[in-house]
Amino acid sequence: MTDYSLAELCICAGADIFRDEHPEVFATLIGLVPRLGGSLAKKTFLPGLMMSDGEFYTVSEPVPVGKRNGYVPKKEGHIGYERVFDIIPKGNRHAFVGPVQVDKFGQMNLSAIGDYAAPKVTMLGVRGLPGNTVNNRTSMFFANHNKRAFVPGEVDMVSGAGYNRARYPDGKYPPGLDHRRIITNLCVLDFEGPDHAIRVRSLHPGVSFEEVQDNTGFDLIRPDQLGETPAPTQAQLDIIAALDPQNRRETIFKDNPPGQRAA
Amino acid sequence: MTAIDKTTNLRDIVASLEDGMTIGIGGWGGRRKPMALIREIVKSDLKDLTIAAYGGCDVGMLASARKIKKLIFGFVSLDVIPLEAHFRRARSAGEFDVMEVDEGMFQLGLKAAAQNLSFLPCRAGLGTDVMTYNPHIKTIQDPYGDEHYVAMPAIHLDVALCHVSEADILGNSYIAGPDVFFDEWFCRAADKAYLTCEKIVETSAFDDDHKIMRMPIERSLVAGVAEVPFGAHPTSSGPDYGIDVGHLKAYSATAKEGWDGYVKDFIHADNYLDIVGGPDHICSLPLPVF
Repeated sequence: MTDYSLAELCICAGADIFRDEHPEVFATLIGLVPRLGGSLAKKTFLPGLMMSDGEFYTVSEPVPVGKRNGYVPKKEGHIGYERVFDIIPKGNRHAFVGPVQVDKFGQMNLSAIGDYAAPKVTMLGVRGLPGNTVNNRTSMFFANHNKRAFVPGEVDMVSGAGYNRARYPDGKYPPGLDHRRIITNLCVLDFEGPDHAIRVRSLHPGVSFEEVQDNTGFDLIRPDQLGETPAPTQAQLDIIAALDPQNRRETIFKDNPPGQRAA
Repeated sequence: MTAIDKTTNLRDIVASLEDGMTIGIGGWGGRRKPMALIREIVKSDLKDLTIAAYGGCDVGMLASARKIKKLIFGFVSLDVIPLEAHFRRARSAGEFDVMEVDEGMFQLGLKAAAQNLSFLPCRAGLGTDVMTYNPHIKTIQDPYGDEHYVAMPAIHLDVALCHVSEADILGNSYIAGPDVFFDEWFCRAADKAYLTCEKIVETSAFDDDHKIMRMPIERSLVAGVAEVPFGAHPTSSGPDYGIDVGHLKAYSATAKEGWDGYVKDFIHADNYLDIVGGPDHICSLPLPVF
């Protein structure tokens, strides 16, 4: 059996969210798992995926993460910030991001925890989440699946919109609202329950549905057939190693645990 | 007939600002911020400012200097250091009011002001607490259909402050870096704009097909131009110099303790460039990699 880390399992699950994507989707990949997941998708089954160097240019091949060490990005176009904001409403974009909290509606928080006027914890701000979520496909990564991240009720400051009819002027979801997957250290979730309720899509090896539910602040949908998150292939692991030559992925989870839990 | 000459200096620019003004600041996070002007504002008696920015240490310094009455923002970050310590401290202490909007809503607010419109429509904001905490932002029904849109109000600025690579005495300006960000929209949304530049050049220097593609600010918007080499430090001004991560780490630490010392040692320094390492050091700072 192939040895692989939990980080590599999540990266492959992160690539998998692009399986049924538009052949030339523009992917915004914030954080190591999204970045390596999208890069792996581009290198394996979605060569037309459009991605940036993390800054101003679109690149024809994924830029390896970490120090460049002489690597020069292969530019193919310009994607400055104004251009990003101008094309978001057109819709053909998938934002794969790492918020701090999520709730049963798929609403996300990146702004503040506690009293909004003087927050207990001030974070980045809503950034582009409001625009992303009502215009583009949305996926998320959480390194720690627990009730502080998967909160009961609603997130403290709804920065990214979700499937909460009470929050829309006419009770109708915006046409571009399209949440896809959540990858965590325990499982893969999707929004394919009744009225887009969050459902467990697959469990990472050795994880039970009960463990996921116990670490989630709201009820999850359990499908009739609940399988295991597919293990990475050796070919995928080789590509990930080339995309991450300095092994930054070992920092994603504390102590870099294996993908297969010890029995 | 008098020839146009808009050259000025940091002190005179800041002397023209008034308490309570709404000031927009160009650049993005840790990149190409008019930091020499920000330091000059920190030194001044100005107060009760409304600041609008894609925020970085410009916002952090003005916050810790207690210059901000209200902040219009989508984020505040130093990019290479994701969280801005001074902003976090001041925001969590409730030291200023906020108008927190989506990054794309922010640009629409500038573009509405630039076009003398009261708003521009978008979907960003729907379904979020951006609407809850900004009850003055209204929704409108699409006059041609059934959808409801957010009517992002114009962000009208009294003054815009930006840092560019080169400018001439007429106010023409060139940004050498790979992204001009939203500097032209800050300038168009403002009653007047002031630029700092790395270098004042002859107008003939802009008779260049490559440069002309990176000259987004109409000179008629510009009230004054000050030559301030390395005026963006400790933020970057690509491709000439990168972000001074070491300086920003030390600056960040002063959010807990030592801000008065930072103000004394750096902001009031009359040899700022020397004490931050000198031009050769700044030129050697690598551009950030993500």
